[in-house]
Amino acid sequence: MGAGHHHRIFRPGDSVVHRLPPECKIPALAGFVLVVVATSRECMWAFGVYALLLAGVAVAARVPAGFVLKRMVIETPFVLFAVIIPFIGLGERVEVAGLSLSVEGLWAAWNILAKATLGVVAGILLAATTEPRAMLLGARRLKVPPLLVQIAMFMLRYMDVIVDEMRRMRVARESRGFTPRDIRHLPVVARSAGALFIRSYERGERVHLAMMSRGYAGAMPMADGPGASWRQWATAAALPAAALVVAVAGSLW
Amino acid sequence: MNAPPSPSPSPSPSRSPSPSPPSLAVRSLAYAYPDGTQALYGVDLTIARGERVALLGPNGAGKTTLVMHLNGILTAGHGSVSVAGLPVRPDTVKEIRRRVGLVFQDPDDQLFMPTVRDDVAFGPANMGLRGEALDHRVKHALDRVGMLDVIDRAPHHLSFGQRRRVAVATVLAMEPEILVLDEPSSNLDPFSRRELGEILRGLDITLLMVTHDLPYALELCERSLILSGGVIAADGPTRGVLADAELLAAHRLELPYGFAPPT
Repeated sequence: MGAGHHHRIFRPGDSVVHRLPPECKIPALAGFVLVVVATSRECMWAFGVYALLLAGVAVAARVPAGFVLKRMVIETPFVLFAVIIPFIGLGERVEVAGLSLSVEGLWAAWNILAKATLGVVAGILLAATTEPRAMLLGARRLKVPPLLVQIAMFMLRYMDVIVDEMRRMRVARESRGFTPRDIRHLPVVARSAGALFIRSYERGERVHLAMMSRGYAGAMPMADGPGASWRQWATAAALPAAALVVAVAGSLW
Repeated sequence: MNAPPSPSPSPSPSRSPSPSPPSLAVRSLAYAYPDGTQALYGVDLTIARGERVALLGPNGAGKTTLVMHLNGILTAGHGSVSVAGLPVRPDTVKEIRRRVGLVFQDPDDQLFMPTVRDDVAFGPANMGLRGEALDHRVKHALDRVGMLDVIDRAPHHLSFGQRRRVAVATVLAMEPEILVLDEPSSNLDPFSRRELGEILRGLDITLLMVTHDLPYALELCERSLILSGGVIAADGPTRGVLADAELLAAHRLELPYGFAPPT
């Protein structure tokens, strides 16, 4: 560890999207996702327009498609679930390539896939254009309870430390000939998880001591710049506003 | 029982023993943990302004327990601690924590903010500093440890040696009366160890260094204390303490192989 580290999801850049303050981008993402979820699944063309809107954001942010696609793996469990539904769905059925599928199930699968994909892509775009630290600042400016922001901050800071500790424990197990193969090995892995939890808890205590030593009294000081201008708010609002127009048009059709 | 501050001229300029109260005065400090384990049995020590002192002792001697008393994280079961004349008490603990800069052994415990800048600013910001003054304080502290160029990096993206130096800066930014370092040379490669030593030697500040690294103590501190079995077992010039093979052996301390005891 140490030097030579790179961000896995943040993509440094200097585009319009990168420069937007986080407190504008986070509500814009939330608004967009809400509109997408509220759109009726029968209005298929609307989802196409949403995808185009996101593609527009990606182009503006200069985030290549490959970058987004690779990170969409996180959606896989939802995709698997969505694929199963048409087979186990009830009600009216249709024949597709020799398979009997539920019509209701197909609609449900489409609904999950379309909305989850749009949500995931929007989330990836936000994360790719906003530094983790900026995200915390944004959350704070949006008046998210300070305790939650602090918890997120510590998670961000200590994620790598704990993952590294976990890796060392695995190396230590394997160096002594342990290879987890079947269910009987589970207790060993579970005990390691327990040990990791205790180690992390003790680290938490030491960090708290270090914080007390430097005068911590409940509030987390963080360097803060000026707030967002109305122009930046308007720019960020363009995405959810456009989506809303599409959704309203779709419902009137 | 403890000797007065060593009369030899301190290498740091302008901080010769003065009528001002000592940076640190510990009087018959005793402490037992809540489970009944007695860790300190009556520690007495005085550190004058500008002195650099090594606190040596085997594992389990009570070094960490003593350090925790210096800034009021633990409060004395018996006896007293005062920093530049101010006694450590619940009502003074805020000012005490500004005056005593504690550098912990694992920099990952000390650096908990998302960037180096935020982390170094944490202490002074808690003291009420804001804006320009805060920014200046942060940059000055990082400059003193030669880490100004990593100001916007995340702590977990730094090398171990860099993290240790930034940890020192986080404490320097509070402009403490005394800097207390817990095992500053642990886990450092020889190069980083020497670099840190040069930085510490260049600081014009009272310094208490807890260590088993006897050559490091000899290099940086003119005076050494041995804490053993919860009491101060020896107090004198580092050179003399390290030359006393019997004393070292009696307290489970050893010079590294091939290291000639100073004469």
